[in-house]
Amino acid sequence: MSEMQLKNPMLRWIEYRLPIFSFIDHSVGSQYPAPKNLNYWWNFGSLAGIALVMQIATGIMLAMHYTPHADMAFDSVERIMREVNYGWLLRYFHANGASLFFLVVYIHIFRGLYYGSYKYPRELLWWFGLIIFVLMMATAFMGYVLPWGQMSYWAATVITNLFTAIPWIGVGITEWLWGGFTVGNPTLVRFYSLHYLLPFVIVGAVFLHLWALHQHKSNNPLGIDIKGPQDTIPFHPYYTYKDLVGLGVFLVVLFGFVFYHPNYMGHPDNYIPANPLQTPAHIVPEWYFLPFYAILRAIPSKLGGVIVMAASILVLFLIPWLDTSRVRSTKFRPVYRWFFIFLVIDVVLLGIVGAKPPEGIWILIGRLATLYYFLHFIIFMPFVGWFERPLPIPDSIHQPVLGAAVGAAAAGENKR
Amino acid sequence: MTAAEHGHGGGMPRRDFLIVATGTVAVVGAAAAVWPLVDSMNPASDTLALASTEVDLGPIAEGQSITVQWRGKPVFIRHRTADEIKQARATDAATLPDPMRDEERAPNAKWLVLVGVCTHLGCIPLGQKNAEPKGEFGGWFCPCHGSHYDTSGRIRKGPAPANLEVPKYTFLTDTKVRIG
Ligand code: HEM
Ligand code: FES
Repeated sequence: MSEMQLKNPMLRWIEYRLPIFSFIDHSVGSQYPAPKNLNYWWNFGSLAGIALVMQIATGIMLAMHYTPHADMAFDSVERIMREVNYGWLLRYFHANGASLFFLVVYIHIFRGLYYGSYKYPRELLWWFGLIIFVLMMATAFMGYVLPWGQMSYWAATVITNLFTAIPWIGVGITEWLWGGFTVGNPTLVRFYSLHYLLPFVIVGAVFLHLWALHQHKSNNPLGIDIKGPQDTIPFHPYYTYKDLVGLGVFLVVLFGFVFYHPNYMGHPDNYIPANPLQTPAHIVPEWYFLPFYAILRAIPSKLGGVIVMAASILVLFLIPWLDTSRVRSTKFRPVYRWFFIFLVIDVVLLGIVGAKPPEGIWILIGRLATLYYFLHFIIFMPFVGWFERPLPIPDSIHQPVLGAAVGAAAAGENKR
Repeated sequence: MTAAEHGHGGGMPRRDFLIVATGTVAVVGAAAAVWPLVDSMNPASDTLALASTEVDLGPIAEGQSITVQWRGKPVFIRHRTADEIKQARATDAATLPDPMRDEERAPNAKWLVLVGVCTHLGCIPLGQKNAEPKGEFGGWFCPCHGSHYDTSGRIRKGPAPANLEVPKYTFLTDTKVRIG
């Protein structure tokens, strides 16, 4: 690792004692080989990392002005909006940044689903991704409670009450979470403590995620393994610059929301201070929780709803083994491709159902969409994998990239 | 290994025994150390001390309800009409999702006292004001996920698994009640 050629004597001095520059170069630099055929769907991983850093940066600045107390939290957030220099910018950046962070991570997850990135040997990589996703949901939920508006309060109430569904010990656990008999000041303060802590736990999980990634390197749109140096290009400068292009687009979208529609993804009721004696007429979670909310409500039993909602995430941990296909990339899977499209439609539909009041036709649609979600993973994934005949797969990554015709013979004898 | 390393006699080598014993003590010690951390999150003594609330029922006319706060939770106190009492008592309790007779829930039939927290996920049901929807059974309706409660506060329809809770309360005089 220490053969790095550094011209600057100072850097050389440091490198000799702590080989940090070669470590960086081997991790995200010129010594890290990446498949040469990565497309723009591969931008969303580094984008998620940047979004995490931006949340932490804006969050730490907000924390300098925020007061975690039930009587003062709402006013302190209003003060951030009106009095603190650029406070409005920090808060809108943080709130909309959280939304776009989820958007980026959802795209990143569906990228993995399409290209089979969860399959051997990336099962643990996939697991760490899911753990990050769960931690993010917890972090965002607790952050949303902090402004202590009506939606904050009632979201906290409804979500923590999910634990009361656990037989026997449910109420005890919930009062332990609350530190009282309802959501109240003790709840707000501990949520603040955890909202500050969890992003750093996420940073730790991201390191493990990347460690596992670097062990077998990135998957790629063809879903075939790297066979040699001719299949790769150095991460820097090729993908560092490609990631910067994606970052530019991301920032345009983020600033579009921050400067032109800062409350588009929020809910007006959250500008009413929390009132423990009155529930708003129509409570909905933030958009990124809607599909799970729809699954929760699809089951006409309290405990059943909670179990099925938890299962909708847990099932994702099992897909490396539920997917029986020999090939990774859905590009070469003519049948599964349709199922993938249906899954995307199904999840979007669940999101729409989650935003509607649970009445009339929406109840039925929600139930069918929930059923389909599980059918996809538990039935279609294994069975399509068994019966489907994948298309011929190119022999190596560099062959199609260099324009060489993919010989039928080569594809025929390819084993994976 | 020589006999000296084994200690005296056969059976479990002394070193293995010491490792198991030390490990057990360490695990028990760690568990004991974690408990104060966990328990510190439970309701604190001053929170537990907010135990009871006294309410004057005099001003509540028949057909009216009031909401008071007890341990941070809303408590519904309803002065029921004869009609509501009749409805509540005529229902066959055995057919309900959470069977309970109205006589047990409201020994003093005129007064119904309930914790106003939906047993589904904790929203506050509507129906305290006469203009609010009271659901299909004339009691309360929870708008969050559509639970209907009857004039005894019993769950009749929707995702809530249980009746609205009846808190402990005692009549101090004919028109004064202590909750908790
Ligand atoms: C994973 C990263 C994070 C996510 C997804 C996240 C998400 C959120 C969300 C959704 C809100 C509510 C915004 C609103 O509607 O006003 C919020 C508020 C807040 N967050 Fe974070 N956050 C993250 C990291 C952090 C960090 C690291 C800190 C502090 C060190 C922090 C401090 C705060 C503060 C003080 C508030 C309350 C002020 C406000 O409401 O804007 N956040 N967060
Ligand atoms: S909280 Fe009342 S129906 Fe869900």
